[in-house]
Amino acid sequence: MLRLPPFRYLAPRTLSEATRLLAEEGPQAMPVAGGTDLLPNMKRRQFTPAVLVGLRRLRELKGISGSPDVGVRIGAGETLTSISNHPLIRAHYPALALAAAAVSTPQLRNAGTIGGNILLDTRCNYYNQTEFWRHSIGYCMKRDGSICLVAPGSPRCWAISSADTAPVLVALQARVRLVSVRGEREIPIQELFYDDGMRPYTREADEILQEIWLPPALGWRSTYLKLRRRGSFDFPILGVAVALRREPDGRIGDARITLGAVASHPVEAEEAMARLRGQQPTPTLLQEVATLAAKRARPLDNADLTITYRKQLTPIYVRRALDLLVEAEQGSGAE
Amino acid sequence: MDEWRRLQPRKAGPYKVVGKPLPKVDAYSTVTGRAIYADDIILPRMLYGGLLRSPHPHARIISINTRKARELPGVLAVITGEDLPRKYGILPSSQDETALAVDKVRYVGDPVAAVAAVDPDTLEQALRLIEVEYEVLPALMSIEEALARPDIKIHEETRNGNIHKAVSYEFGDIEAGFAAADYVREDWFYYEGNNHVPIETHACLARWEPDPHDPIGGKLTLWSSTQTPHYVHREVSKVLGIPPSHLRVIAPHVGGGFGGKSDPFSHEICACELARRTGRPVKITCTREEVFLIHRGRHPVKMWIKTGVKRDGTITAMHFRSFLDGGAYGSYGVATTYYTGALQPVTYALPAYKFEGMRVFTNKPPCGPKRGHGTPQPRFAVEVHLDKIAADLGVDPIELRKRNLVRPYSRTINGLRITSCALEECLDQVVSRSGWREFHAARLAREAEATRQSSPVRHGMGLALSTYICGAGKPIYWNDMPHSAVQIRLDRGGGVTVYCGATDIGQGSTSVLAYIVAEELGIEPERIHLETADTTLTPVDLGSYSSRVTFMAGNAAIQAARRLKELLHSVAAERLRLPPDRLESSDGFIYCIDDPQVALSFEQAVQLAEARYGALVAAGSYAPPEDIHGDFKGAGVGPSPAYSYSACVALVGVDIETGEVKVEKLWLAHDVGQAINPLLVAGQVEGSAYMGYGEALMEQQIFRKGRHKIPSILDYKIPTTLDTPEIETILVGQPDEEGPFGGKEAGQGPLLPVIPAIANAIYNAVGIRIDEVPITPDKVLRALKAARSEPGERPLPPPRVTPIVLNERWPARLIRWSPEQREPRPDPTNGHHQHPRQGESAPHGAASTSSRLPQKGGTA
Repeated sequence: MLRLPPFRYLAPRTLSEATRLLAEEGPQAMPVAGGTDLLPNMKRRQFTPAVLVGLRRLRELKGISGSPDVGVRIGAGETLTSISNHPLIRAHYPALALAAAAVSTPQLRNAGTIGGNILLDTRCNYYNQTEFWRHSIGYCMKRDGSICLVAPGSPRCWAISSADTAPVLVALQARVRLVSVRGEREIPIQELFYDDGMRPYTREADEILQEIWLPPALGWRSTYLKLRRRGSFDFPILGVAVALRREPDGRIGDARITLGAVASHPVEAEEAMARLRGQQPTPTLLQEVATLAAKRARPLDNADLTITYRKQLTPIYVRRALDLLVEAEQGSGAE
Repeated sequence: MDEWRRLQPRKAGPYKVVGKPLPKVDAYSTVTGRAIYADDIILPRMLYGGLLRSPHPHARIISINTRKARELPGVLAVITGEDLPRKYGILPSSQDETALAVDKVRYVGDPVAAVAAVDPDTLEQALRLIEVEYEVLPALMSIEEALARPDIKIHEETRNGNIHKAVSYEFGDIEAGFAAADYVREDWFYYEGNNHVPIETHACLARWEPDPHDPIGGKLTLWSSTQTPHYVHREVSKVLGIPPSHLRVIAPHVGGGFGGKSDPFSHEICACELARRTGRPVKITCTREEVFLIHRGRHPVKMWIKTGVKRDGTITAMHFRSFLDGGAYGSYGVATTYYTGALQPVTYALPAYKFEGMRVFTNKPPCGPKRGHGTPQPRFAVEVHLDKIAADLGVDPIELRKRNLVRPYSRTINGLRITSCALEECLDQVVSRSGWREFHAARLAREAEATRQSSPVRHGMGLALSTYICGAGKPIYWNDMPHSAVQIRLDRGGGVTVYCGATDIGQGSTSVLAYIVAEELGIEPERIHLETADTTLTPVDLGSYSSRVTFMAGNAAIQAARRLKELLHSVAAERLRLPPDRLESSDGFIYCIDDPQVALSFEQAVQLAEARYGALVAAGSYAPPEDIHGDFKGAGVGPSPAYSYSACVALVGVDIETGEVKVEKLWLAHDVGQAINPLLVAGQVEGSAYMGYGEALMEQQIFRKGRHKIPSILDYKIPTTLDTPEIETILVGQPDEEGPFGGKEAGQGPLLPVIPAIANAIYNAVGIRIDEVPITPDKVLRALKAARSEPGERPLPPPRVTPIVLNERWPARLIRWSPEQREPRPDPTNGHHQHPRQGESAPHGAASTSSRLPQKGGTA
């Protein structure tokens, strides 16, 4: 078994104590919630923090409350299992329940938190390897090396945003609150992400993601489709999050389409969304929108299956997600 | 006349234990975490050992400097190749490994140095402090590269480039066979390599007990997660120069093997040497990545097959070529090479058969035996190829197969003796249980319905057949001794202790010993204490490979138990004043068949027998019969005392938009003869089906830039519970005359037909052929797009297996052999085929008399 590097573990009881510890310990410290991403990465030496600040005791990071007409607050420390099982989320934000249920395995969903999933380290199969393996190939720029092994001529890192919940929260237009000793800020979740495999988040090292706010859900339908090889365990090699709001006459009032696992950040298909707004969702239109959305997918050879395949599947998954929402609405008859 | 048959005829049914779905004897300890695995053992003063492995796929070692590591506080020993220079290898013909690299490294992961330290952190630090200077050499990463670059030799010892082994055989008249054909077809296939992925990673613990009065200096004990303690015993003894008498190898609970723990390994030898040097116990536990690097998994094999058939599908000749990617060392590879060719005539009766096989070295982790050892690859090729021929001829694929099935109690064209064989029954069962005929009849209606519902999923059913050995007919190193032995000791309190070298790797071999002894002695299995897989305590069993354990250890156990039973019955007969032949044993009593009230308890009988005969200990042993194979060089791979047979039907759904394949159900009929425990047999069948499914659709040991691309069980895809199809197990067949209680193997055979059945089902569903395993969705989609391109589209060409072009003739001398004058004749003595008694065997490979041949339906 791979060994964890040595570290100190601090267990604050309040959010303010936690932010103070992070500030005091400086960049050598990292917060840890479920640990399901961080600890394996530490075993492989992607991270070697001297200090871990445990977030599991913080009540400020717990709780799911609200309603579809005012919106819902989710504590970042809630587990993926509790989110996927929560009646309010299942009924009104189904895409989020589906995405949370699609992460890894039941055991890891019982430990892993939504905050941890949002801030999942970007992934690449040249990077998510043991120290021995990375030493053998000569390391990459994301850790210990200087070049990108996927695209050796590239000045940047192409590690992939692989969180299932991230594209969904973007499509749902969620906001997140970050807290530090310097104060707190609430931002649209899009602003949490950078298109940079090496530094994929705008979160500062001393900030703690406290909570996620979902806007009111009335009139919205949403879904999430995940491409992966197996029914469990796998990270997405494509995630498609779609949220739609229909007008009483059946036209699309608003549409959000976000792609996961196609770049270093969740990618919004703006052109496709614009094409949908105000239109009747005919099969021809949905196909056209799917093709437009897929233009935003530029996979590289650093995840499972082939680039061509992942590219080819994108419009199919987008169209299937759109079909599901449109059919469900027509099937229910109401609204 | 063979003694164990003389002792008593086969116990008359109904059986009390055999055939019952009992839990494994170690079920509770295994599922509650109480079972002790190698890594669970902790000894006082134990050190942690580890290996420094090569970061380069192919390099010359210029220098190794271990000074900094040795000087690190807490490091007790550092060793390198020069400390263990003696070469070894599982096969006597492939002694090409050293425990630590000498001069060269041949794959990423090749061990270079070993360290023992007081704790794992010091160990890790010490491994980093070892400085190795390499001269990097070009790496050969495929069969094609290995053949194209004979100038870059991975092993200096090979005579011809990087060809490790090449063989060439012609059985019967191949030219006449093809001349008699109405139709001839050729195909190329490729089967990617894959790993065993046992849940327990390899681990071992070595202890040296010094003794200054012993000229050897002490005794060594090795606990190791191994399938083959006996062979580890031999090889460790050889490399360390310690006589076998001073070495004890124990396999504790083993968490899965599937062939991956059948070689003697560097970490085992190094742990022993480090323990000897430090005088302290040394444990080495491999990481998951190291399991992928140790490997010994499924060989990638490229295959060419050409078959001639009559118009009705009757095969007139088959020519089969295999090219094996062996990785960096020999391992079992010579045997694997033979196995890619040997069993083709055991499934279908081939009147003429030519087989050419070669194994090449590459700079990848060494390949070896994995469940089905060398036969899933040709099974995939043959069964898909025959399906294509059936389609070409417009013959029903079932009819085509039925015309060519081997017959029970026959000889194959390559000289193999076939005894019981319920292949046709297997085929009939899967066809009827799966609703094959109805499914195919409803094809048009089903497609219309899919179109009407605009569903992208198309369904298909495919079929395949196979056979597998029940134990290799020959041991790995040549000798006349038994392949398995069992010793039983009866305690005067009524306790029974069974000793056997058989190694339970989860398949249930220990449980099977308990059931068999319980059945023979007429006691409950829980009364039996089992000591297994310990080279000091237990008589030799060669190991858990080639599906041999139930068959061979089971027969040895029957012999040992019958010897004791004879003693018990003799004293019971006297006490009960009955002739011994009126006695039977069951439920803990020895009783009169005619009046069960006249009885003696098992304990009473044991006490009387001990008073009469002294300590009650008996041994039994088993070796396969001699005359079960041809008399040509190389005939030792393929023969077996019996063969199991399997048939599989797969039902798949293929998404024509995404290329995703879902296997919805597998029907697997397996001829196991008599199931000793049908629950364990079903477990083996389901496990095989699961593994075959994974190999068919997702598993692949692949490399990029000289490195294993995905050495973790997150990225290396094996199916999860959610992916695993529904599996219906159908046990068929009659008790085999040679098998224990008529039992045959179940651990490997059922895997074989699953892969081609799925491939054939995909073709049936969407009309495309992927002749390369695994059949991943990208390949399916590519083939679908190539087949259905709209005007104006320019799709990629469909996936195709690139043929291997040899510029010279086949690099092995052709051996021609025909089985004339070897037709089975009735045995004049009785219906049972006999065994050579220990020490009386015919010379190896020599033709012996036909009186040893079996006869169907003989009187028992």
